[in-house]
Amino acid sequence: MSGVFIGLFLLCSGCEQSEWNNPYPEQDASKRIYYDSFRERPKHLDPVSSYSANEYIFLGQIYEPPLQYHFLKRPYELVPLTATELPKPVYFDSEGQVLPEDVEAEKIDHVKYRISIKSDILFQPHPAFAKAANDEYLYHDLSPDKLENIHALSDFDVVGTREVLAEDYVYQIKRMAHPKIHSPIAGLMGKYIVGLNHLAKELHELDSSEKNYINLNNYDLPGVRVIDKTTFEITLKQKYPQFLYWLSMTFFAPMPWEAEYFYSQDGMEDKNITLDWYPVGTGPFMLAENNPNRRMVLERNPNFRGETYPEEGAEGDRALGLLEDAGKKMPFIDIAIYSLEKESIPSWNKFLQGYYDTSGIASDSFDQAVQFNTGGDAELTPEMQGKGIRLITAVTTSTSYMGFNMADDVIGGDNERARLLRRAISIAVDYEEYISIFANGRGKPSQGPIPPGIFGAVEDKEGINPYVYELKEGRAVRRDIEQAKQLMVQAGYPNGREQATGKPLVLNLDTPAAGPGAKATFDWMRKQFSKLGINLVIRATDYNRFQEKIRKGTAQIYQWGWNADYPDPENFFFLLYGPNGKVEYSGENASNYNNAEFDELFNQMKSMNNSPERLEVINQMVEIVRKDAPWLWGFHPVGFSLHHGWYKNSKPNLMANNTLKYKRVEPMRRAEKRSDWNQPTWWPIALIILIMVAILLPAIISYRRRETESIL
Amino acid sequence: MINYILRRIAYAIPILIGVNIITFVLFFVVNTPDDMARMQLGDKHISEAAITKWKEERGYDKPILWNNNAQAVGKVTETIFFQNSVKLFLFDFGRSDSGRDISYDIGQRMLPSLSITVPGLVFGLLAYITFGLILAFFRGSYIDVSGVILCVAMMSVSGLFYIIGGQFLIGKLLHLVPISGYDTGFNSIKFIVLPVFIGLIGGIGASTRWYRTIFLEEMGKDYVRTAKAKGLSETSVLYKHVLMNGLIPILTGVVVILPSLFMGSLIVESFFAIPGLGSYTIDAISSQDFAIVRSMVFLGSVLYIIGLILTDISYTLVDPRVRLN
Repeated sequence: MSGVFIGLFLLCSGCEQSEWNNPYPEQDASKRIYYDSFRERPKHLDPVSSYSANEYIFLGQIYEPPLQYHFLKRPYELVPLTATELPKPVYFDSEGQVLPEDVEAEKIDHVKYRISIKSDILFQPHPAFAKAANDEYLYHDLSPDKLENIHALSDFDVVGTREVLAEDYVYQIKRMAHPKIHSPIAGLMGKYIVGLNHLAKELHELDSSEKNYINLNNYDLPGVRVIDKTTFEITLKQKYPQFLYWLSMTFFAPMPWEAEYFYSQDGMEDKNITLDWYPVGTGPFMLAENNPNRRMVLERNPNFRGETYPEEGAEGDRALGLLEDAGKKMPFIDIAIYSLEKESIPSWNKFLQGYYDTSGIASDSFDQAVQFNTGGDAELTPEMQGKGIRLITAVTTSTSYMGFNMADDVIGGDNERARLLRRAISIAVDYEEYISIFANGRGKPSQGPIPPGIFGAVEDKEGINPYVYELKEGRAVRRDIEQAKQLMVQAGYPNGREQATGKPLVLNLDTPAAGPGAKATFDWMRKQFSKLGINLVIRATDYNRFQEKIRKGTAQIYQWGWNADYPDPENFFFLLYGPNGKVEYSGENASNYNNAEFDELFNQMKSMNNSPERLEVINQMVEIVRKDAPWLWGFHPVGFSLHHGWYKNSKPNLMANNTLKYKRVEPMRRAEKRSDWNQPTWWPIALIILIMVAILLPAIISYRRRETESIL
Repeated sequence: MINYILRRIAYAIPILIGVNIITFVLFFVVNTPDDMARMQLGDKHISEAAITKWKEERGYDKPILWNNNAQAVGKVTETIFFQNSVKLFLFDFGRSDSGRDISYDIGQRMLPSLSITVPGLVFGLLAYITFGLILAFFRGSYIDVSGVILCVAMMSVSGLFYIIGGQFLIGKLLHLVPISGYDTGFNSIKFIVLPVFIGLIGGIGASTRWYRTIFLEEMGKDYVRTAKAKGLSETSVLYKHVLMNGLIPILTGVVVILPSLFMGSLIVESFFAIPGLGSYTIDAISSQDFAIVRSMVFLGSVLYIIGLILTDISYTLVDPRVRLN
């Protein structure tokens, strides 16, 4: 068998010793290629329907909305991308009169954002723009017959381009209302953009045959209009400062009508040639290969106008070498190859062999990669340091929490008994221990709903949750379990028994986690509740049933999380806003928390600009929810990522999706390291063959002797 | 024989209908059309109206098996089950819930699956038959005893262990092949070697024991004794008589699995990132894409039935005593 094994390899003529385990062609070694992996195939690549991190890895590099996040500065700061400057809101009253910037939100009737885009932007090469000598589009008159030999976008011989216009941005916003596209933010934007809901209704009423291609240029959207070739204006129904963050997402990237028309022609969908599969963008990269079953390849967009690396950053960035490329033209890499890796072990091993430039750390590999020093700080193991690997950590702008259903008779409700019970549980469930055991220390216990790094999050001792923690020797320490037991007594559950009836208190935790891997977590969770004498029943189920319970409000306690859409406290507080209640309004408030004072402050806070006044309102809101404890605040996960020494400009930016253009690799250094690390070792194979021969040889000799010996 | 084949094909139709019903029932017990819509549209900011619209477009707004609101035949035909099943029997798999042409995707993914399963089958047969013959040949010797013990030990180890261990040993420690991945054409060889090799090692215990038993059974028959009495050498008896007669059950056992080679391997493809039909099915289950799940189950059933028919036919070819009529 080993002979077969070796024989197959001999077929690989031209393979050098060090290349045998290299998954990439040898000639690519010196190219400026970035190598990474992806685990989950993207569902959508249409910028108006995509809303998932695993899709933004690709879309963020292809499509360009008007704004982007500064790559280096913290706290997160919006800067222009295709816009010439950050648009400023202009407020109007019902008479159409301009109001001052600091006017109260209630006096505002509508808001206008005028956005000017740069004039030198071109779309990537694409057959939708290809024209004949007579200026007619080459591929706008296709039919199934003409598509007979077309199987992919690359089968079209001619490509073209054109300049991006303001009308392309307007077209894209209208696409949110398209009945066949299913934009996830159509409902949300309909609340703000004037006329969007009406347009959606108008398009929905079209015959199904008309919906295949709708020329959106023929439909009016009063809230979005073209001012001139490079300027357009968006009108909102109310003050909404967070709207600027949405303008940094691909929902607002330009879309040429030619592309939508091109893809809508008969036969194209049957060939799987759709806008959801072949993007048409303006960004630094374009999708050269879309094979989510194997790999996705981004190549430099030859029409990209060029953009320079930031010349200033946050404190300490210069010392870290993050400004070495300041002012240089981006992108720094020519190709990015993302290979599908469904399992973490192969992906991790290929990173260690140098075949991926970056990697996360799975639980299985954590001890191999990271150790904690005496100060409790994470650092790389000597093995990783020896390879020149760097560790970068960042508290994510997300939260993992345990929610109480406020509509539940026992644990929920706006009464002191339930409030004290929730606060007692908040003390008893030791999230510091949870993070240490189940997250390898990769988490920061939450003090409230707002993650660190977002406006309104108060750090250090000023920011502790006094209902769960107390200050001891200048640091936050979880309150003693005896205090929690005292709260249980006050709530009417001494030793976890109902005072009136003496019955033990039984609570139910609904979770989508299941299987042997989750058992340890369940046991730990039961142990936390048992500190108070509470009998916790785990109701593990699949994610569909779990969601159903949340929607119907039949869960009592549940585990969930939230990842920020944008760095604003509104994006976390809205999870506790009464009119967003899951049961009553199908909103995102899964706890069905409803506090009139909180809701009023929320409405006030969401339309305020970041200021000391806004911070004061936020602090009041935090205090209300800490006291009511609708959530057990859980923790904010800390992201750990590893980078090889040849991979540069790797600063985590948890808000930006378009960071590939900043990255730089040193291919020659990478090739050297790969060669050093991957020399094939043959002797064990030779040894196995020898052992097999040694085992068989005596038997063969014995057989031959037997065959040749005479009977007499 | 033609009559027999036609009869078997006719028998296959109710089986396929039954498989289809079971697939429908099992799938919709776990996933409602609402769940499927949420999975496709995402978790954030999704409205009930968007879910309703998604279901309408794909016909999932209809009842699953029985439509009380319809008239006459419509009670059966105006259902998700009927409208999706009829096309399946015409091998029109339609579009996936995410909008892709399923037939095209199956065509694209078939080759990577075959590139693993066909060499696995060929090299596996060669290896297992060889080892089985060696053990049978040296029956009762230390080679036979230790070989059988090794086979039992190898049968007892999980397939996942071979995959992870093989990737670690051959890919990571010895650096002989890429740990995972896939390429097209000639470049695919270096990616295929390891999964084929591991698949072969994983199956060696059970198959070698099975083939050893077959050969030992043949070696105890009268014709072998006669051949030996004629003065034929052991090797001549083994290769010219025992092997040829022992191949009959092996051949028929192989024919039954031939069609299912197209379906690929669920675990191997996942660990080695092979873009085949095995991972296609797994992806569809995890993304609740019912259109793909039902197509793959249907295709698997059809291929299995074809395999059984081919097995019956192969019996007539290799054993003159068997007649299909």
